[in-house]
Amino acid sequence: MGSGVHGMEGGGVEERLAELRQTFRSGKTRTASWRKSQLKALLRLIHENEDKIFEALKHDLGKHAVEAYRDELGVVEKSVNNSLSCLDEWMAPKKSKLPLLFFPASAQVLPEPLGLVLILSSWNFPISMALDPVIGAISAGNSVVLKPSEQAPACSSLLAHTIPLYLDSKAIKVIEGGKEISQQLLEQKWDKIFFTGSSSVARIVMSAAARHLTPVTLELGGKCPVIYDHLSSPSDTEVAVKRIVGGKWGPCNGQACIGVDYLLVEEKYASQMIEMLKKIIKKFYGANPKQMQNISRIVNEHHFQRLRNLIKDPLVADSIVHGGLIDEEELFIEPTILLDPPLDADIMTEEIFGPLLPIITLKNIEESIEFINSRPKPLALYAFTKNEAFKRRILSETSSGSVTFNDIMVQFLCDTLPFGGVGQSGFGSYHGKYSFDNFSHEKAVLQRYFFLELEPRFPPWNDFKLNFIRLAYKFDYLGLILLLLGLTRD
Amino acid sequence: MAVDSETKKVFDAEAAASLMKDLRGSYASGRTRSYEWRVAQLKNMMKIVDDHEQDILDAIRADLCKPDQEAYIAEISIMKSSCLRALGELHRWMKPEKVKTSVTTFPSSAEIVSEPLGVILIIGAWNFPLLLSLDPAIGAIAAGNAVVLKPSELCPATSSLIAKLVGKYLDSSCVRVVEGAVAETSVLLEQKWDKIFFTGSGRVGRIVLAAAAKHLTPVTLELGGKCPVVVDSDINLPVAIKRIAGGKWTSNNGQACIAPDYVITTKDFAPKLIDALKHQLEAWYGKDPLESKDLAHIVNSHHFDRLLKLLDDDKVSGKIIHGGQRDKANLKFAPTILLDVPEDSLIMGEEIFGPLLPILTVSSSDGPASNEPVKRFVPTVGPLFQTGSLFRRQNNNVTFVDKLEECFDMIISRGKPLAAYLFTNNKKLKEKFVKTVSAGGLVINDTVLHFAEKTLPFGGVGESGMGSYHGKFSYDNFSHRKSVLYKGFAGDASARYPPYSDRKLKLLKALLSGSVIGVILALVGWS
Repeated sequence: MGSGVHGMEGGGVEERLAELRQTFRSGKTRTASWRKSQLKALLRLIHENEDKIFEALKHDLGKHAVEAYRDELGVVEKSVNNSLSCLDEWMAPKKSKLPLLFFPASAQVLPEPLGLVLILSSWNFPISMALDPVIGAISAGNSVVLKPSEQAPACSSLLAHTIPLYLDSKAIKVIEGGKEISQQLLEQKWDKIFFTGSSSVARIVMSAAARHLTPVTLELGGKCPVIYDHLSSPSDTEVAVKRIVGGKWGPCNGQACIGVDYLLVEEKYASQMIEMLKKIIKKFYGANPKQMQNISRIVNEHHFQRLRNLIKDPLVADSIVHGGLIDEEELFIEPTILLDPPLDADIMTEEIFGPLLPIITLKNIEESIEFINSRPKPLALYAFTKNEAFKRRILSETSSGSVTFNDIMVQFLCDTLPFGGVGQSGFGSYHGKYSFDNFSHEKAVLQRYFFLELEPRFPPWNDFKLNFIRLAYKFDYLGLILLLLGLTRD
Repeated sequence: MAVDSETKKVFDAEAAASLMKDLRGSYASGRTRSYEWRVAQLKNMMKIVDDHEQDILDAIRADLCKPDQEAYIAEISIMKSSCLRALGELHRWMKPEKVKTSVTTFPSSAEIVSEPLGVILIIGAWNFPLLLSLDPAIGAIAAGNAVVLKPSELCPATSSLIAKLVGKYLDSSCVRVVEGAVAETSVLLEQKWDKIFFTGSGRVGRIVLAAAAKHLTPVTLELGGKCPVVVDSDINLPVAIKRIAGGKWTSNNGQACIAPDYVITTKDFAPKLIDALKHQLEAWYGKDPLESKDLAHIVNSHHFDRLLKLLDDDKVSGKIIHGGQRDKANLKFAPTILLDVPEDSLIMGEEIFGPLLPILTVSSSDGPASNEPVKRFVPTVGPLFQTGSLFRRQNNNVTFVDKLEECFDMIISRGKPLAAYLFTNNKKLKEKFVKTVSAGGLVINDTVLHFAEKTLPFGGVGESGMGSYHGKFSYDNFSHRKSVLYKGFAGDASARYPPYSDRKLKLLKALLSGSVIGVILALVGWS
């Protein structure tokens, strides 16, 4: 769907890029008014096509409208509104205070667009993972090519057909396609590439970017753990378990980069945890796994088989304590809980990205720190605890893109927090002003004047000049005055 | 000494893997994280520069024949100022940054915590062999990382001294130096680093980035480019000339990433500019610059030949109007000025990185004579200051502004350089320049000085690189800024959870919009 229409031939791609570069060079995308007009148009696009977007998400992933709004449309709307209200502030130069020695001078840092940016988005949140970076790129004044994921074909097609109706198609283009188109696009020279997806494809993207010295942002994933420290209050426990269930199976049925991957709990509380999880799963999704509502599908056959293979291993299958039902026709896998599967099985070494939740038991919850540190740095780390000392240990002794205490996923909604990974979970960040900065170059501008010049900067060299420089670099103004008066401090 | 004997062994893939294992172990122990450790290392870094100043100057002179004063200004003093700044600011830099949260995540509090990345590889350049290895290391250490330094092999005396001094003064369980050339750098690049910081050419930058891609390692590349100087006629020429000539030739004889590469000016003004340059060069370096002790040498015969090749074209060599003297045996090359070389010549296609200065002219249109010298009083006050008059006759110099499209296009077509310079008093020209010319950094009415200002980020864009450093930018460069959100258990909106309903949808819309009124209305079912 849509893969043949928008640019299979190389000529088509190059011509389109030439147009985008030309538009950028004309300076059109740099004005605040253009950027705001595009952002407003994007808002209209979302409002006027809400039903179509819900339909496309239902088609590609079986998402319920509430989930679709919460995780996709609402996120985009929030982003656009934030950008519109802050854009003038973000675009303003930042003045730097200069030391007296530089007098007379003034300095500032001026954000400017990078030029032509490529956004490669993922299939699990096919609307927000596409449009949120686009918002950043437009706010920063760039020309944009968006290549939505072909694994969410209805959404890709909807974006390709709707965006040209609302946004300036001389500056923003959607190019649909699969691997072949991606390869063609990656051969071009971009001023920035923003990639959301898996680490294996990220390596391909970064290697291609290296040829042109193109900077990249990689939003990847990882095995995001939940550390569950026993909570004494039953009502707190209920809230915590709701958040865990909601955070595991709510966003795209576990197919989320910051979704819960596995849970760490002390041995003695494991069975209580399992019982509570079962209860909440039933409450949220119904008792009959064959008729589960309010839960997304697995995206396609390939990922379905991948997940099925994770529980094929008999030792892993044996550790299933709830769920396990699969329906290949519907691409449905029931919320499944496992208790202490083997740590060297794929389910514990690869990012799950699906509705399987391994629970790993420990003698003492503080061991979770070492457990997490022996694995690659995840995009998010979650910890339910009221123990302040433990919180401090987690913060200082582990590393992850982000840490959220006592909730799941909500850090994504906080525009004042940079959203991005570290280590294998990626690099670069966005959201709020971080999006604007991500697609900008911060240009240093130093303005000097003619009416005063310090001779010691220049040759011929002599001891006086050397002493002057020594003192100047320490900003030792008193010493400088003494030097000038012929009273040196040795 | 342990470090010396290590560097005598062959540094192969096995040695690199073993080095990595050691450093990862040290980093994992948490040793580098404490404020005390970082401060101790920074203080010792200061000691390296304070107690061994003469050794350092001797090594740099041995490698580059750089005059001591130049090496002091360009390398030692900047190092010292970097250390001092880091020591003074570290406490503040290490503090978490509190951020506001909105009703969307209510009730919550949030902050951004800086943490080290882990084990860093810093590859230094040859032109400022001390500074460009140790200055990034200051940032990496301040941020709490373990570090491996690979100083440039083109400066063997400095490289060896760095290895010796770092081994003696810094914590060798966490900070190491690996000496060597292509082979050693290649095996280092095969390892998985948490960050690579590279200063050098675009060609090698691509190799570094490709190697980093295999491990998804983030990279900072400090490259170069053709840094242009646009010179308007309505300026204080005596002051400007010093700054242009100073930026070009007093910093490693043009072998600097931010040195002026070429000049653009009007045909009418060029003779005055050239005349002033010639006089300035003679004042600084004498009638025979090859005899001057104040001029640095070309680093080696490979680069010497590279510079010769740039002149090895009749259409170029015929344009030499000053200088051109050279002494290959001693790697000496005099400041050389060329006028109007062809735009498609090699010297205008590649970064020069040497003492050759092409001047390109654009013609003024036929209009009112705009290049009359503006009368001004320029007294010189002693050996310290030179002042220009604060009072000038206003001269709009419209004709040069008209030509700016042509000249800025020329600059932009050569890729984004690390720095670009403009000398003018014309506000319109200045505004257009700042708006149109994209470069790592811009300086108006001076050259190279922005390098010394620590509150400005120093780095490139496009072909001139990615990432920046200096001051806090160094600290941030080698840190991961980790988002932290604290939530309590109260205020759990059931609208988040299934079973989903239209009412929940309304409430979510209100919550996500950040509108408190909207939330209240949704809760009471009115919206």
